[in-house]
Amino acid sequence: MSRDGILVRALRGLLGSPKATIAAIVCLLLFAAAILAPVLAPQNPYDLGQIDMFDARLPPGAEGYSGMTYWLGTDAQGRDMLSAMLYGLRTSLSVGVTAGVLALLVGTALGLIAAYAGGRLDAFVMRVVDLMLGFPTILIALMILVVFGQGTWKVIIALVIVQWAYFARAVRGAALVEAGKDYVEAARCLGLSPARILAMHILPNCLPPLIIIGTIQVATAIAAEATLSFLGIGLPITEPSLGLLIANGYQVLLAGQTWISVYPGLLLLVLVFSINVVGDRLRQVLNPRLAT
Amino acid sequence: MTVFLLRRLMQAVLVLLVTSIIVFVGVYAIGDPLEILLPADASAAERAQVAASLRLDQPLPVQYLHFLGSALTGDFGRSFVFNRPALDVIFERLPATLELTFTALILSLMIGLPLGLWAGRRPGTLVDESVMTGSIVGFSLPNFWQGMMLIMIFAVWLGWLPSTGRGQTGEILGIRTSFATWDGIRHLILPATNLALAQIALVIRLTRTGVQETMPLDFVKFARARGISERRILMVHVLKTILIPIVTVLGIEFGSLIAFAVVTETIFAWPGVGKLIIDSINALDRPIVVAYILVIVTMFIVINFVVDILYSALDPRVRRRA
Repeated sequence: MSRDGILVRALRGLLGSPKATIAAIVCLLLFAAAILAPVLAPQNPYDLGQIDMFDARLPPGAEGYSGMTYWLGTDAQGRDMLSAMLYGLRTSLSVGVTAGVLALLVGTALGLIAAYAGGRLDAFVMRVVDLMLGFPTILIALMILVVFGQGTWKVIIALVIVQWAYFARAVRGAALVEAGKDYVEAARCLGLSPARILAMHILPNCLPPLIIIGTIQVATAIAAEATLSFLGIGLPITEPSLGLLIANGYQVLLAGQTWISVYPGLLLLVLVFSINVVGDRLRQVLNPRLAT
Repeated sequence: MTVFLLRRLMQAVLVLLVTSIIVFVGVYAIGDPLEILLPADASAAERAQVAASLRLDQPLPVQYLHFLGSALTGDFGRSFVFNRPALDVIFERLPATLELTFTALILSLMIGLPLGLWAGRRPGTLVDESVMTGSIVGFSLPNFWQGMMLIMIFAVWLGWLPSTGRGQTGEILGIRTSFATWDGIRHLILPATNLALAQIALVIRLTRTGVQETMPLDFVKFARARGISERRILMVHVLKTILIPIVTVLGIEFGSLIAFAVVTETIFAWPGVGKLIIDSINALDRPIVVAYILVIVTMFIVINFVVDILYSALDPRVRRRA
């Protein structure tokens, strides 16, 4: 089974379900919106010159001092919510995807090494994996951030430390199954190096679980970052992710200025939900246990 | 079995030791408690005196050994903010958190089990599709935002329930709990729902998968052949089988509920350990932060251990293998 085979299978699976197709399209649109945020946003929320304090806390649809219409209202600093949300989406997605990809790399490498080395090293890595999985994501991330302090990269590192274990466990399991198969024996007989066998022969066959877990872990990372930022121990104020935007709205929620937290929250929900729907569908179509 | 227990115990001690070192060093590397404890115009002599009384003037390893020695006797130092033993402050707040998490756990079973059974019995139908999509919404909903929406709808717009704080508590069988008074229950509803929602989604998925995997098994066919009603098969025979993994997962999830209580308690101003830890991080109250983390890690080790044992006790197949 070639690598393309899996991607084609994944794509066909997604298109086979209307719900998953819509979710995948929403994901793509949100990714595009995040990348194009500087072009799409009516205002640069970081540029103080474009923000007018007189426009603070305007409801959605209101017209500002300078004649600009704020379709989703403004926050306490007079920032256009729509622009702030587009930039927030950009921050949330880049943190989530970076953390997810790094965790995938670290976890895959450690999982493969554990499966190949076996013995003590394997036992040790798997003990650490068990230990990490025994604690909830949010608690470990909280501890790490308490120890190392705030910051964008610290949040990413904390998420990687929490999430690599999921990849390592899945890859090790899949690799152990593959290692016992004939084609690996054949590769070994050809005198290929262990590194080559692992990377070129075994790894491609471990891709289905990696794709599934990768999708779901990106969603988890985005949600976890938002939660940590909401608690005030995640991203710094200078890089407002969706979580921070919601946190800012929390203070004025009881005063009836609901839009400041409702819209960023809805955006976060749509983002995490669509990624999860895609991941759920991929699990159904790629999971070899369900397919047979 | 004894070897297994001993190995687990040693591992637990090692984990606690490593955690304590990392947390101690890390927590002591951030901020300066003197800044908070002393007025801005304190003299150098006053600073030195307070630093000495907190052993802040000694090297870190010495501080750690002192800390470890006292920690083993249950003394985690005095909270800078409350000026009381850190462990006392934590144990005083723990019942509120446990009450919240237990309520959420019960809620997730009461709502998740029936929905999961319902969806599992009718795979591929509209009911199944809706329940499963609903469950994805359930665990995609950012916990903190969902809590804010609950406050907005039920406290601000409808005015049915109080938005923050713990209500009046009373005593039932010697335990102080919110369940004793109507006011207490009213205060508990929103935070418990907030905490339970992701858990409900999890129970639904577990139950549905369990039902689908169990229904084609031989013992169900035999039960049918014996003329047992479909309802009784599902509610007694199938349920009994699938409860094993659900109980195990929920045991582990109980820990994650305690962790997520940090978020819920922050939103609803619930006076438990979760709110305490966030307040303490912001106030640089080191003894509380260190004590909280070690208490929670210990709780987790105990919970995971109990779940392991419970699992083999509940499932004869696992018992025989071990």
